[in-house]
Amino acid sequence: MDFTLTAEQSQMRQLVRSFARDVIAPRASEIDRTDRFPRDLIRQMGELGLMGLPIPEAYGGVGADYLSYVLAIEEISYASAAVGVILAVHTSVGTFPILYFGTDAQRQRYLPKLASGEWVAAFALTEPDAGSDAAAIRTRAVRDGDDYVINGNKVFITNASDADLFCVFAVTDTRRGKRGLTAFLVERGTPGLVIGRKLEKMGLNGSGTCELVFEDMRVPAENRLGQEGEGFSIAMRLLDGGRIGIAAQGLGIARAAFDAAHAYVRRRRQFGQEIFQFQGVQFMLADMATKIEAARWLVYHAAVLRQNGQPCTREASMAKLFATDTAMQVTTDAVQLFGGYGYVKEYPVERYMRDAKVTQIYEGTNQIQRMVIARHLPRA
Amino acid sequence: MNILVCLKQTFDTEERIVVENGRVKEDGVKFIINPYDEYAVEEALRLKEEHGGEVTVVSVGPSRFEEAIRTALAMGADEAILADDPALFGDEYTVAKVLAAIIRQRPFDIILAGNQAVDDGSGQVAVRLAEELGIPHISTLTKLVVEGNQVTGYRDAEGDVEVVQATLPVLVTAQQGLNEPRYPSLIGIRKASKKPLTHVTAADLGLNPEEIRPRTKVVDTFLPKPKQAGKILQGDLQEQVRELVQSLRTVDKVIG
Repeated sequence: MDFTLTAEQSQMRQLVRSFARDVIAPRASEIDRTDRFPRDLIRQMGELGLMGLPIPEAYGGVGADYLSYVLAIEEISYASAAVGVILAVHTSVGTFPILYFGTDAQRQRYLPKLASGEWVAAFALTEPDAGSDAAAIRTRAVRDGDDYVINGNKVFITNASDADLFCVFAVTDTRRGKRGLTAFLVERGTPGLVIGRKLEKMGLNGSGTCELVFEDMRVPAENRLGQEGEGFSIAMRLLDGGRIGIAAQGLGIARAAFDAAHAYVRRRRQFGQEIFQFQGVQFMLADMATKIEAARWLVYHAAVLRQNGQPCTREASMAKLFATDTAMQVTTDAVQLFGGYGYVKEYPVERYMRDAKVTQIYEGTNQIQRMVIARHLPRA
Repeated sequence: MNILVCLKQTFDTEERIVVENGRVKEDGVKFIINPYDEYAVEEALRLKEEHGGEVTVVSVGPSRFEEAIRTALAMGADEAILADDPALFGDEYTVAKVLAAIIRQRPFDIILAGNQAVDDGSGQVAVRLAEELGIPHISTLTKLVVEGNQVTGYRDAEGDVEVVQATLPVLVTAQQGLNEPRYPSLIGIRKASKKPLTHVTAADLGLNPEEIRPRTKVVDTFLPKPKQAGKILQGDLQEQVRELVQSLRTVDKVIG
C-alpha cells in the first residue's frame, strides 16, 4: 500500500499549513473569545482557493482531489477548529449538494460564488425534534404556483449567522415519511427567512451557529434541489463526505493539543527535571501519539476510498468515530499534562478540549456512527 | 519584458543544523526557497504584472530543488530551468558560470536574485553572474522602479537611502524589505504542475569541466561554540574596567 502524498497534495498541504500558522492561528483565541464569525479570514481563504478546493475549475474552484481537501480541513482545524468547521460545512454539505444534485442553471448561478468564498453556504437539516432521526423533520413546504411556501424551524445551523445560501430540508409529502423530504436552495434575504438567535456554545465559537425560522418563506420552484421526495437520499449521500471532513477536523484538533502538550512537558520542570522524564507522562504522550497516528490513517484511507468512488460508508463512520473520540481524549489529556495552566485561558489547550467535544456530537453522534458501522459489518 | 530570477533552495531557517563527519546533515530537513530569492520572485511577478512579459526561474542544484521551483511557478512564474547535472555543481564561481551559460541562450531584460543565500551566505553568485554577462548590477535593493529602459534601485545605507540608476539590461539583488512575498494560490499549485520545467546538463550548455571547476575548497565545517553563561563583573568601576580589558585580551582575544 502506498501512503505517500503526491507532490501536488504535499505542496497544497504545505501552503495551507503556512497560511493556517501565519494567518489563522494568531486569530484563533480572539475568534473563540468574541464568538464573531471571521468573515475577513473567509475572504482571504477564498483568495487562496480554499473555499472551493475540491470544486472543478469550470465552476471557479481549484479542482483539487478529495484527499487534498481533507488535508486542508485538518490543517485549518489545527489552527482553529471553528474556521475548520466553517470550511467543512461550506464545502461538504453546502457546496457539494449543488455540484452533485444541482441543475446546470443552479450550478452556474451558485458554484462560482461559493467556490470563491464570496458566498458562504450552510446546511439546514436539524430541527429541535429531528436530530439523529432526520426523518422526523416537521418543516413544511407547500407548492403554490411557481413557488414553494415553507414554514418551520431549524436549530444548530453552522455558518447561519453569515451564510448567503442555505440548503434547507422540508417535507413536501406528509404521507411518505422520509421519502416525503425535499431539499431547497434558499438565498439570504429571501422574504420569510429569519436568522434566529445565535446559540451560546461551550466551544467552537465563531462558527455562527443559529436557529432559523421560516415564516411563509417563498422559494421559487427552480431552487428546488433534485426532485420532490429526494431530500432524504440527498442528505444521506452527503453524509459520508461530511463525516470524513469532521473526522479530519478532529484529527487537526488532536494534533494541535498533542503538539502543545509535548512542547510543554519538555519545558516544564518539577522535582528538578523536565516532567517529560517521568514515565507516567511519557506513557500518556505515547498513547496520545499512537491514537493520533491510527486516526490519521483511518481518515486518509476513507478519503482515498471516497476519492476513488469506492463504497466508504463504514470507513467514513469509523474515521469519524475514532478521530473525534481521539480528539476528545487527547485534548483532555493535554489539559491534564498542563496541570493548572491547562485550565486557564492563557493557554490554548482548554479551547481545544471545548472544541473537541462537539465533534463527537455533530455530523452524526458517535453513537449513530457505531450503529452505521454495525449495520455495515460483513456477514459473519 | 523578459524577466529572469535566480533561485536556490535552502534549509528552512527554523531547521536545526547538524554537522556529521564534516558535512551538514540533510536527512529529514525541510527545504524552502532561499528567503532572499523569494523576494526576487515576488518582485519579478510584480514587474510582470506592471509591464507584462514572462518570468523564468533559473536554478543550479540537485533535483530536490524542483520543489522550490514548483513553488515559484505556483506563485506565478511562467517557466523554469534547472541545471541538476552534478557535473555542473561546484562553488560560487562554478554556479555563476553555469547560470551565465544558461542565460546567454535566451533573451532577457532584467535578472533578479537574492542578495545572498541563507545557507552559505557568501553573496557572490549574483554579482559574479552580472560580471560574466557583462551587465551592470545593483545590489541589496529595498525598492525597485523600472520605467522604460530606466532602472532605479533604492537601498539602505546606514540609515540613509542610496539611490542608484542604471539602464536595462541589468541584474539586481533583493534585500529584506523589498516586498512581502505572496502565498502561492492553491490553483497556482495545480497550474504549476503543467508549466514547463527544463532540465539542462553540461552537454546542453557546452561547458567543459575545467572551465567551471571550483576555484575554492571547503576545508572545514563546524558549529559555533555553544554560548557560555554571562559573567557579571564585581568590585568598583576601576577594577571592573581592568578585568574587562584583561579578559577581552586574554580570554576572548578580541583586542591585542
